[in-house]
Amino acid sequence: MLSWRDFRRMTAREVAVQIGLVLLVLVIVFSAIRSAQVNLAALGITSGFSFLDRSTGWSYSFSLLERSIDDPYARTLLIGFLNTIFVGLISIVLATVLGFVIGTMRDSHNLGLQVISSVYVQIFRNIPLILQVVFLYALLIHFPGPRQAHSIADAIFMSNRGIMVPVLALPLDVVAGLVLGSVLLGIGAVRFAGSARRALAIWLAGTIAAFFAAALLLTPDGQDLVSYPELKGLRFEGGLTLSVEVVAMIVGIVLYGAAYIGEVVRGGLAEVPKGLREAGESLGLGSFAVWWTIRMPMALRSIIPPLGNQWIFIMKATTVGVAIGFSDLFYIVSTSITQSGQTLELIAILMGAFLLVNFALAQVVNWLNARLALKGYGA
Amino acid sequence: MSAAPPTIGRFERLQRRVFRKPLDGLVTLFIAAILAWLAWQAIDWGILRAVWRAEDAALCREAHAGACWSIIDARHRLILFGLYPYDEHWRSTSAAVAIIATVILSCIPWFWAARRLISLWIAGFATYYLLMEGSPLGLEQVTTDKWGGLSLVLFLFSSVVLLGMPMGLGLALMRRSRLPMLRWVASLLIDFIRSLPLLTTLFTAAVVVPILLPDWLQGDKIWRIIIAFSLFFACYQAEVFRGGFQAIPNGQFEAGMALGLGKWQSLGLIILPQVFRHALPATINMVVVTFKETAVVIIIGLFDLLASAQAAFGTGDWVAYYMETYIFVALIYWAFITSLGRYGEFLKEHMKQEDH
Repeated sequence: MLSWRDFRRMTAREVAVQIGLVLLVLVIVFSAIRSAQVNLAALGITSGFSFLDRSTGWSYSFSLLERSIDDPYARTLLIGFLNTIFVGLISIVLATVLGFVIGTMRDSHNLGLQVISSVYVQIFRNIPLILQVVFLYALLIHFPGPRQAHSIADAIFMSNRGIMVPVLALPLDVVAGLVLGSVLLGIGAVRFAGSARRALAIWLAGTIAAFFAAALLLTPDGQDLVSYPELKGLRFEGGLTLSVEVVAMIVGIVLYGAAYIGEVVRGGLAEVPKGLREAGESLGLGSFAVWWTIRMPMALRSIIPPLGNQWIFIMKATTVGVAIGFSDLFYIVSTSITQSGQTLELIAILMGAFLLVNFALAQVVNWLNARLALKGYGA
Repeated sequence: MSAAPPTIGRFERLQRRVFRKPLDGLVTLFIAAILAWLAWQAIDWGILRAVWRAEDAALCREAHAGACWSIIDARHRLILFGLYPYDEHWRSTSAAVAIIATVILSCIPWFWAARRLISLWIAGFATYYLLMEGSPLGLEQVTTDKWGGLSLVLFLFSSVVLLGMPMGLGLALMRRSRLPMLRWVASLLIDFIRSLPLLTTLFTAAVVVPILLPDWLQGDKIWRIIIAFSLFFACYQAEVFRGGFQAIPNGQFEAGMALGLGKWQSLGLIILPQVFRHALPATINMVVVTFKETAVVIIIGLFDLLASAQAAFGTGDWVAYYMETYIFVALIYWAFITSLGRYGEFLKEHMKQEDH
């Protein structure tokens, strides 16, 4: 902390520079407030957060919760926030899995795997994300209509309305509860199971068992456990419909993010001393065992910090969804601004939400880092 | 002393990578087959069955027709130049060439002295601006709202790098200053901007700043966006510079003082040249990312390459050929980004060898 002694050691000029800087910041802030008051008064807008209770009167593309156009701004913004978190988390998980596969392939000694993974990285990392998302969206909306939908085994259908997949016939609130339970189980497993492998096994088995148990218990007699999409007239019924916007967003962000994460993973693997691999091989371990029990655990320590940066990047990247009309928080905020004129309040909400999400993600990364830190290494 | 590794021939090395185990051979052959099939599909659709000239656009509708490059032939001027007046397109082209030449020249080690690099970039940027704007040269004036397409992307890119670089250096120096107020202001700004999506920062500049500024200070939207984008660049670049500073031992500062140099002199003559060198690979990476990120300005309503591409297939007979247009634009971005990225990797390797 700053003490009087620090000030006494400074020259008069150094003190003057600092006072000048603080004054400059204050002048900028106060004149901004002043002209905001003048400009808002001219536009006839009353500032404050009371607009959050007014109903919006407009609709948007995607929501996880029940919604109507009479929703107040507060609920609409909450839905946008949930959409951002939803797409962000799914993209983070999928991009991390795909990224580890790509990174391991790039590190492999097999020429074929190396070539195909570096082609992948060269393509998807070197084209702007927004262009990839817009391109994917254009491809998807040019799919045939529901009647001529492409189908895989009559269970998965792809049409210009999105992708329809079979799904366990469970009500939305039960699914939400199960997902929450699965997350808690995952956290508990990582905390208390001795090894990563055991934690993964517990989490996977527990989650799958819980979903099927819920489906068995909650489905009324005589109804199917799984709801399949079926063509009824001009549209599909049953199953789960992933809308074109959601698919384009998630696939685009995952392909792009995985190229970056792949490079992070490759870099981490390359830093593991060669002697460790040779030691494992001379113990008679196969190449998968060497990768899983020796190289990856060592590599994770250098992978996690840049991986955390990629996760934060992916969260922020969800804002490109506005280009294809996906109703993420940025989309909702910018529409609310045009509709209500409460610019300053809405921008503050947008910034606050992203600061919150990034802070939470950073905590997760720090926690992972602390857990994985090698005893006796570094600080 | 380490023993020389056993030498193996090139063919043997290849054989080991491909056929170490039978499974390796199978995997390699399988992937080769997939890649060959994909390449054949691309060549067949994109070259062999493709329609090339604008006059032949009618042929695109035939069943066996592949890619319809006629749309590029017919509308490439719209894609590359946006709404810039048709008769003045030569100015847009020369301006873009000036920026590209600036980037290429700054890859040559002879230019890697602060004074040369700064003069080069200012010269390149001034050439661009004078050609595009026109009125100081006695050409027809073209205002910034008519700039578009590739030239606009290059304009955003070069002005962000040109403005952001000194801002980043300033923020980095402030953040490691002995004076706590400077340190706090810089850290607050850097951490704040870095945790927001670029789009939020740009949107704030485009929509919110007009409310916060008196009329006479607002300026064009494009300049507000450029300044916000430069700030975004500067906050990331400041962290890159910070990494460069951390690579320099304290003894270097003391050596400067022992030679009787002042604080700023030893900074400029001893420390900064080394900081730039250490930070170079990460800086190039940052420049590449910036080029890629310029693509989001379409959302703020600037008529960039992506927007002009959408305009190109947005009307009349061309609606069906969105794919060809996007591929064309993707190739342009890809060529720029890959060559910059390759150069960065080359430089990193080169410097690694020099250090040993």
